[in-house]
Amino acid sequence: MAEKKRIKSNLITYGIVIGMYLIMEILMRTGNLSSHLKGLLVPMTYYAIIAVALNLCVGILGELSIGHCGFMCIGAFASAIFSKLTQNALPTPIRFFLAFVVGIAVAALFGFLIGIPVLRLKGDYLAIVTLAFGEIIKNVINAIYFGVDSKGAHISLNNVMDLGMEPDGQVIINGAMGVTGTPRDANFTIAIVVLLLALFVVLNLMNSRDGRAIMAVRDNSIAAESAGINVTRYKMMAFTISAAIAGAAGVLFSHNITSLTATSQYFGYNASIMILVYVVLGGIGNIRGSVIAAAILYLLPEMLRGLNTYRMLIYSIVLIVMMLFNWAPAAVDWRNRVKHKFIKRNA
Amino acid sequence: MKKMKSFISMMAAAAMLAGTLAGCGNSGADTATTAGESTATEAADGAASGATFKFGSIGPLTGGAAAYGNAVANSIELAVAEINANGGINGYQVECRGEDDELNAEKSVNAYNTLKDWGMQFLIGSTTSACSLAVSENTHEDNMFQLTPSASAADCVAYENVFRVCFSDPNQGLASAQYIGAHKLATKVGVIYDSSDVYSSGIYQTFAQEAPNQGFEVVSAEAFTADSKTDFSVQLQKAKDAGAELLFLPIYYTEASLILTQANTMGYAPTFFGVDGMDGILTVENFDTSLAEGLMLLTPFAADATDDLTVNYVKNYQDKYGETPNQFGADAYDAVYVIKQCLEEAGATPDMSVSDLCESLKSTIVTITASGLTSDTMTWDASGEPNKEPKAVVIKDGAYVSAE
Repeated sequence: MAEKKRIKSNLITYGIVIGMYLIMEILMRTGNLSSHLKGLLVPMTYYAIIAVALNLCVGILGELSIGHCGFMCIGAFASAIFSKLTQNALPTPIRFFLAFVVGIAVAALFGFLIGIPVLRLKGDYLAIVTLAFGEIIKNVINAIYFGVDSKGAHISLNNVMDLGMEPDGQVIINGAMGVTGTPRDANFTIAIVVLLLALFVVLNLMNSRDGRAIMAVRDNSIAAESAGINVTRYKMMAFTISAAIAGAAGVLFSHNITSLTATSQYFGYNASIMILVYVVLGGIGNIRGSVIAAAILYLLPEMLRGLNTYRMLIYSIVLIVMMLFNWAPAAVDWRNRVKHKFIKRNA
Repeated sequence: MKKMKSFISMMAAAAMLAGTLAGCGNSGADTATTAGESTATEAADGAASGATFKFGSIGPLTGGAAAYGNAVANSIELAVAEINANGGINGYQVECRGEDDELNAEKSVNAYNTLKDWGMQFLIGSTTSACSLAVSENTHEDNMFQLTPSASAADCVAYENVFRVCFSDPNQGLASAQYIGAHKLATKVGVIYDSSDVYSSGIYQTFAQEAPNQGFEVVSAEAFTADSKTDFSVQLQKAKDAGAELLFLPIYYTEASLILTQANTMGYAPTFFGVDGMDGILTVENFDTSLAEGLMLLTPFAADATDDLTVNYVKNYQDKYGETPNQFGADAYDAVYVIKQCLEEAGATPDMSVSDLCESLKSTIVTITASGLTSDTMTWDASGEPNKEPKAVVIKDGAYVSAE
């Protein structure tokens, strides 16, 4: 029974994503979608992906991470460098696929490395370290100069002159100027496929033996340990997967916009907190909620452009209203009353 | 029970999403009334059904860099109002609209798409480099003419449909180094720059590359980042210890005012040399402008110049917006008139498609010689870079005077 319910719930989640995709695709094909909305589709999807990743970390694993945009940043830069290097050597589909592999692998590696010391700790340490990690990544990338010429790769932390490049060389990361000219390979279809894959991974993980172990660690790590669960291992597993999915979002990010700079508006802690807002308002531990909340909350400020500067005010009011609607006891009571009426009428 | 709950919450969420999408559809239709149907492919239709030229601009209208975006948007509005009052371009009135990008390249592309739905025919923007770079990818795809007033990074004009009004970062670095070398201002130079800023590090790079050719030595090059821009005592101390006679500051005026104040406190008085971001230093609140005495800067625009054009512009701007305009505004004001001149030269009309207008402007802009606030003679070549003389000014008695 529970199994059936779970499958149904998962199918609804996939159904919502595929349904939205089909609606958007039909609107696009028939020319009924404004170019504004068309441009929003890919960003909306990668924010949904990173919200799913963060929900795995915050909701399922129960560890607060406020540096998830750091993993996104790593995925974005790793894949952008790869794409720049192989731009003329590989055909687009293969290159873009490999870019995903590279971005995800590097982000997962960093997630793993960060996890080793930190996940052994208890309390809020992960939040503190991920916060610092996000900021460090941003600042390190801002300081790196990296170029490739006929003699091989050059790297410097001072300035572009120190690279000592041959005239035929290509500067790939130019300090604060970041990576420019990454091919624009991302499109809505690919983004949706990645989102579905991320959902598939997370939803299946949640209902697997490993997922139950992870949730047991979240609920009571002492009890889990006494039942023979290796707490650190399962924490590492969830955190690394979460970082890897965030890296995938980063790959879409860097292949959707041609000027990639490691600045705070994309990868700073404010951006990470924004993702956390998506997760919290969508419901902690509720993967479907994260996708919906990310989509709504990303679209909202853009849709309110017509209101000029008032849109920030309206946006924050909507955030408060959503929070109250979801969590305030009075709102929950009201929702239950409405629901009962609804059920009675149907009965 | 739980299923029911989740079903209802899902429905509620779906309804909200539908609401936002429907809201978008409506607002799209409202703003794009002249564009016939608010579809992407019909961006060109804006021209067909309305008899106006449509100028769009993008810049940070909110947030920390709002001063730049607003200066650009306001100056475009001002220039368009003047043009309309004087009979428009080729007899057609001009409409303009500015969109906010919050200094975010992602949002800048969104803003561009919004303007496209509105029926924009020319883009004056984006105001800042990274944003302009991202948007140029889209304008290139749509073949829309883009003239950025102030995006100075070298790559911004890589596409042949993009031109700019301001100097590029490499040009400014080069010109500054050449000026210092040619006038033998110093042999030991210190630099303080913002390594997290594209503009600042871009200027610094070429400046440092050119220095050996100009017979002076960069003895200290100290960086700060956007996260640590309030205390410069370490950077100043290093420059002082290295014996720098001249301090080159390729940064914006807000940080520069702090550097000047802190240098004064520690009794360090080299010659300060800035670039166009320094314009505006005399308007910083609570800044003792006497500290800026002797500050030299290379800038295309000084708000207290005395030629008629500048005086008029500054006066009108102050009357309308209550502030003194900066060089971003001046560049944007010139951009409008440059497009006007090109359109008149080409005899273009608003019913041409965006792509045709772009082609015609691309071929015209390289032939004209424009004159405006930021230079008396500006010409362009196909690379997109302007050819104009940088002006060196020095602050004397609280006002800019020519350094010559």
